[in-house]
Amino acid sequence: MPNRALAANSIDVGVLFSQTGGLSIIEKSLSDATLMAISEINSAGGVLGQQINPIVEDGASDPKTFNEKASKLVIRDRVASVFGCYTSASRKAVLPVVEKRRNLLFYPTYYEGSECSKSIVYTGAVPNQQLSVFIPWIINTLGKKKFFIVGSNYVYPREMAKVSKILIEQNGGEWVADEYLELGHSEWGAMVGKIKASGADVVLSNVVGDSIIAFYREFINQGLTHAELPICATVTAEIEVAAMGADYAAGSYTSVPYFQAIESEANTSFIERFRAFTNDPKAVSHHAMESSYFQVYLWKQAVEAAGKATPAAIVEGVKGQSFDAPNGRVTVDSDSLHVYLTPRIAQWQADGQGKIIEAYPEPIRPFPYMAYGETEDSLFCTAAGLDTAKL
Amino acid sequence: MADIIFIGLSLGSILLLIALGLTIIYGAMGVINMAHGELAMIGAYTAVMAGIHLNLNLILAIPLAFLVTATLGWLIERLVIRRLYSRIMDTLLATWGIALLLQQMIRLSLGLAFFGITIEGMGTGLQSVTLPEAFSQVWRIGDFVLQPYRSFIILVTLGLAGITWLLLYRTAFGIQVRAIMRNPEMAAACGIDVRRVSSITFAYGSGLAGIAGLLLAGLKTVSPDMGASLVVDGFLVVVVGGVGSLVGTIVSAGLLGQINGVVAILSNDILARALVLGLVILVIMWRPGGLFNFKGR
Repeated sequence: MPNRALAANSIDVGVLFSQTGGLSIIEKSLSDATLMAISEINSAGGVLGQQINPIVEDGASDPKTFNEKASKLVIRDRVASVFGCYTSASRKAVLPVVEKRRNLLFYPTYYEGSECSKSIVYTGAVPNQQLSVFIPWIINTLGKKKFFIVGSNYVYPREMAKVSKILIEQNGGEWVADEYLELGHSEWGAMVGKIKASGADVVLSNVVGDSIIAFYREFINQGLTHAELPICATVTAEIEVAAMGADYAAGSYTSVPYFQAIESEANTSFIERFRAFTNDPKAVSHHAMESSYFQVYLWKQAVEAAGKATPAAIVEGVKGQSFDAPNGRVTVDSDSLHVYLTPRIAQWQADGQGKIIEAYPEPIRPFPYMAYGETEDSLFCTAAGLDTAKL
Repeated sequence: MADIIFIGLSLGSILLLIALGLTIIYGAMGVINMAHGELAMIGAYTAVMAGIHLNLNLILAIPLAFLVTATLGWLIERLVIRRLYSRIMDTLLATWGIALLLQQMIRLSLGLAFFGITIEGMGTGLQSVTLPEAFSQVWRIGDFVLQPYRSFIILVTLGLAGITWLLLYRTAFGIQVRAIMRNPEMAAACGIDVRRVSSITFAYGSGLAGIAGLLLAGLKTVSPDMGASLVVDGFLVVVVGGVGSLVGTIVSAGLLGQINGVVAILSNDILARALVLGLVILVIMWRPGGLFNFKGR
C-alpha cells in the first residue's frame, strides 16, 4: 500500500477523467488542469502544511468504468475528495458511490442542471448562467425575435431548450421550431434547409461534439450568413471553431462564462502556465478546463476553513468560499453547492478567437432547476436538499 | 421543391460513393470488407496531409488519395484476404481487425506517438480540410441555392459510376471480373487468373473508398473513427440494390437518398433514418437477394 506510507504528511485525492477512448481528447485537458492546480498548491507549501497526493485513474470514456474507478478511489484509497467526470453520464455513474460512501466529487463541466446532491460540488455553468443573459441580449441588442432552436438529441440540449423557451417568452420573443439530430450526426443538408425555410431570424444552437463542425459548414455552404441569421450557441467553443475553420464561425456568437480571449492578468498567466505545464505551446483553454483548475483552489480553501481533510468537513467548509479564477470571482452557493459565475457573450473572429462583446457586471446565482420554475424567491435546491414538493 | 430534390440527390450520391467500392468487392470476391470505412478515412487523411505537407488542394489530392488507398487495399488483399477466401466469417473478423489497426495507426501517428513524436495532421484530434475558393461561393437561381461543392460530389460520383461501368462492361478485364462474380471455379477453369483479378478488384474498390472519404472530408470533420458509420450506410445500399449489381447499387442509393431527404425535410432526420432502415428490412424480406439480383455463385 504505497499510499498509506505517504499518509502521514500528505492528503490523497482522486483525479478521475478519461485518459483513453473517444472523450480523452477533451478530458485529458481537464485532468492536466487539475494536476497543474495541485502542483501549484504543493509548491506553495500545500494545504494545512501537507502535500496533496493526486491518485490518477482512467475512466476510459465508459460510465461503468467511472463507477468502478470511483469505488476504488473512495473505498481502497480512502481519498479525501475526487476531482473528475466530464459527461453527465459519467457523473450519474459516480454519484451513487460518493453518496453512499459519504465522499465528495468536484465536477467541472457545464451541464443541464436538475441535480441537487450534497456529495457533489458543481463548478461548471448550469443553463441559467449560459442563457439568462444571452437570450435577453439576443432579443434586445441583436434585435432578433424569432428563434429556431436546434440541438443534439439527448438530455443537455433538451433541458437547455426548455430554459430557452421560458426566457424567450419572458422577453417577448417567439420560437418557431425546436429540432434535434442524433449525437454525432454529420449530414446537415435537410436541417439547414428547414432553418432557411422557417422564417426564423436567429438560430439557437445546443449542438454538441463534432456535429457542430458539419453544421456550421453546411450553414455557410447553403448561402446563409451570420450577419443576417446568426447562430447563437451554448457549446461551440475554441476547439470546435479551430476544427471547422474559423471562417465558418466568424460573426456567430457563443455564451459561456470563460473564453480563452478574456483579457486579464490572471487569464494570460493561467494560459501561459498551462502551456508550460503541458509542454504544448498551442494548448487551448476552455470553460470546463478552467473550472477543473479553480475548483482545486476552492477545495483547498475548504480544507483550510474546515481545519481537516475529511469529506464531511470539506463539504461544510466549501460553502460560501470565493476564489479569483481566470474568469473572475467565483463563489460556492451554500444552498445548491453550485457556483456563482459571470455570463459572457463572445463573437467569433476570423482568427478563431472569441471577442468578448458582453460580460455581465457580476457573477450570477446558479439555479439548477430553472427548467422547472426555480427562481430567486422559490429555491428548489436548498441546503436541506431538493424540495421535491415543488417539482 | 428543387431544394428537397437537390438534398436527396446529394445524400444519394454520397451513399453511392461509399457503396460503389463495397459492391464490387462484395460481388466479385464474396468478401464483406469491414475495413471499407477505414479506407475512406485514410482517403480523408490523405487530403488533410496533402494540404498540410504538400500544399495540394482537395481536387489535386484526388488521384493521390486513390493511389494511397488502392495500394493499401492491394496490400491487405495480398497479406490477409487472399488466405481467407470462401471463409466469409473469417474475412469479416479479419477485415474488422484491419479496421481497428488502421484507426490506431492514425491515432498514434503511425506508432511514432510511442516515442513522443507527433505528425502534424494525424493524432487523436479532429482535422479538417479547406475547400478551394471556387466552392465557397453559392450560385443562386431564383430562390434555389445551388451548392457548388455538393454539385461537384454528385458529378464526381456519376463520373466514377460511369468509369466503373465502362471497366466492367467494355473491357476484357471487366468480362473476367463478371465471370468471377457468376462462378469463380468455372472462371478459373476457363483460364482466368482469379487471384490476380481479385487483387486488382480489391485495390480498385479500396481506391474508390479513398476518393469517397476525401470528398466527405469537405463536408464533415476528419477523425480516426469517422469510417465506422460510413460502412453501415454502404452496406444498406448494397443489400437493397442486390449483391454485385452496379445498376442495383445506383438505383438503391438514389432511392434511399431521396426518401431520406424528403422525410427529413417534411418531418425530421431521426424519423427519416428510422424509415429508411424499416424500408431496408421490408425490401430484404420481400426480395432477400436485393432489388436487382441475378442468379449466380
